Amino acid sequence: MIGRRVALGALMTGFLGACSKVATSGPGASLLGAVERWNEATHRLITSRTALAREFDKADISPTFRGNGTTRPDAFDYAMQEAAGFANWRLAVTGLVERPLSLSLGQIKALPQRRQITRHDCVEGWSAIGEWAGPQLGPILRLAGLKPEAKFIVFRCADNFGGVPYYESVDLIDAFHPQTIVAHELNRAPLPIKNGAPLRMRIERQLGYKHAKYVTGIEAVASLADVGKGKGGYWEDSAGYQWYAGI
Amino acid sequence: MNFACLAILFMSGLTISNAHPRLYWGEWGFAPADAWLILPEFPGWMTIPGTYNLAEARLWHFLAAWPFALGLAIYLVVALARGHFREFVLRRSELRWSTVVADLRQHLRFDFTAHHGRFNLLQKFLYIAVLFIGLPLMIFTGLALSPAMDAAWPWLIDVFGGRQSARSVHFLIAWGLLGFLVLHVLAVLLSGPVGQIRDMITGGRSPAEKLT
Repeated sequence: MIGRRVALGALMTGFLGACSKVATSGPGASLLGAVERWNEATHRLITSRTALAREFDKADISPTFRGNGTTRPDAFDYAMQEAAGFANWRLAVTGLVERPLSLSLGQIKALPQRRQITRHDCVEGWSAIGEWAGPQLGPILRLAGLKPEAKFIVFRCADNFGGVPYYESVDLIDAFHPQTIVAHELNRAPLPIKNGAPLRMRIERQLGYKHAKYVTGIEAVASLADVGKGKGGYWEDSAGYQWYAGI
Repeated sequence: MNFACLAILFMSGLTISNAHPRLYWGEWGFAPADAWLILPEFPGWMTIPGTYNLAEARLWHFLAAWPFALGLAIYLVVALARGHFREFVLRRSELRWSTVVADLRQHLRFDFTAHHGRFNLLQKFLYIAVLFIGLPLMIFTGLALSPAMDAAWPWLIDVFGGRQSARSVHFLIAWGLLGFLVLHVLAVLLSGPVGQIRDMITGGRSPAEKLT
C-alpha cells in the first residue's frame, strides 16, 4: 500500500513538474496565452456586440454588496476628497479625443442616466447583485469625440494597489456596450467607499476586476503597450490575470 | 489524452476552488453565512499549479476544457451515428426491481462473472449517467459561470437556477466523476485487468464468444 502511495505521489509530482515546465517554457506558455484569445474570439463570434447581461428584479438584490480589492484608498488626496463629500471630484476624459473633458460629479449626474440591477461576478468565484445608476460611457466618449486611431479605453483610478494606482482597460465593443456605465449610485444611495465612491465602472459582461473603482480618468489609446507593463490592467500586469475577463 | 484533460481540469479546478472555498445556491453568495458548504483548502499536490496561482489555474482549466468539450461532442455524435449506444440500452426486463437488486447484490459481492450482454446493468446505468448527464453538465455548468456566456445564452442561468447554483453543481459533478473513475478502475482491477484492458482496446469479444 505504501509502495502504491509512493508511486502515485511520484506520478503526481512528475505530472505537476511537467505542468510547471509547460507553463514556463516557450510553446507551452504561448499555448496557455493563446487560450485567452480563443475564448475571446469565440465569445465575440457567438455573442452579439450588444447582448445584455441579465437585469434582475429588486427582490433579487443581495442584502449587502461585498467590497473586494481596495475597500478604502489610502492616499491623502482621497481622504481630502471624502472629507469634502467628493464635491471636488473630477473625471478627466483624455488621450486620443478631439475635445478633452473634465467632468464634475454634478455634470455626470446631469447626463442621461441608466439604471440596472445586475450580478457582479468576481474571478474568485463569488457573486453579488446590486442596482447601479450612472451615465453610459458611450455618450461621454461621443461628447469627447474619439479619434479614429483610438482602439482601447483605459480607466485611471485613485486607489493605490501594490504601490501603483489601479488601472484597467476595455476594447471599444465593451466601452460602447449599452450597460457600460460610470456608476455613482449603488442600491439608490451614493456609492459606498468599499464599492468605489464616488465613481466606478460597470463592465457587465466581464469579471469584477475589470470594473475599475474610484475612477478619476478615462483615457483613449491606440494600443495597450504603453499602459502599465503592457497588458492593459493592474491584475493583468502584476499576476497574469486575463485581459479578456468574459469567462 | 482524455485522461490528461480530465486530470488537468480536476486539479486546476481545485485551485479555482481554493480561491473562494465556499458554495452557494441561487444567483449570488459571498459570505460564509450564505454558504451551504465550506470547503477545505486543497493541498498543493492535488492542484495545478502546485502553488496557488488563480490566473494560471484558469488558463490550464480553459486549455483543457477546449479539447475536452470538442472531444466529447465529437464522440457523442459519432457514437450515436454508429449506433454505438445500443449496447447501453436498458431492456424492460432489466428494469424490474428484482433484477436491479440482484445486479447490485452481485456487484457488492464483487462478482463480475454474470453478463446478459456486453455490459451489465449497473455498468449501463453509470455509463449513461456519465456520458449523457455528468460530462455534458460539466460543460454547461462551466459555461454558466461565464458572465459573457450568460449574456449570450441567458437560458444557462435559468436551467441551473443561478450562477452560484451552477458553480455548486459543477463542483459536485466533478467529484462524482472522480468517484466514478475510482469505482471503474477498481472494478477493472477486481475483474481481471489484463483481459479487460485488452477488450477496451480491441472492442472485446461478443457475448457468444464468451459463452464458448
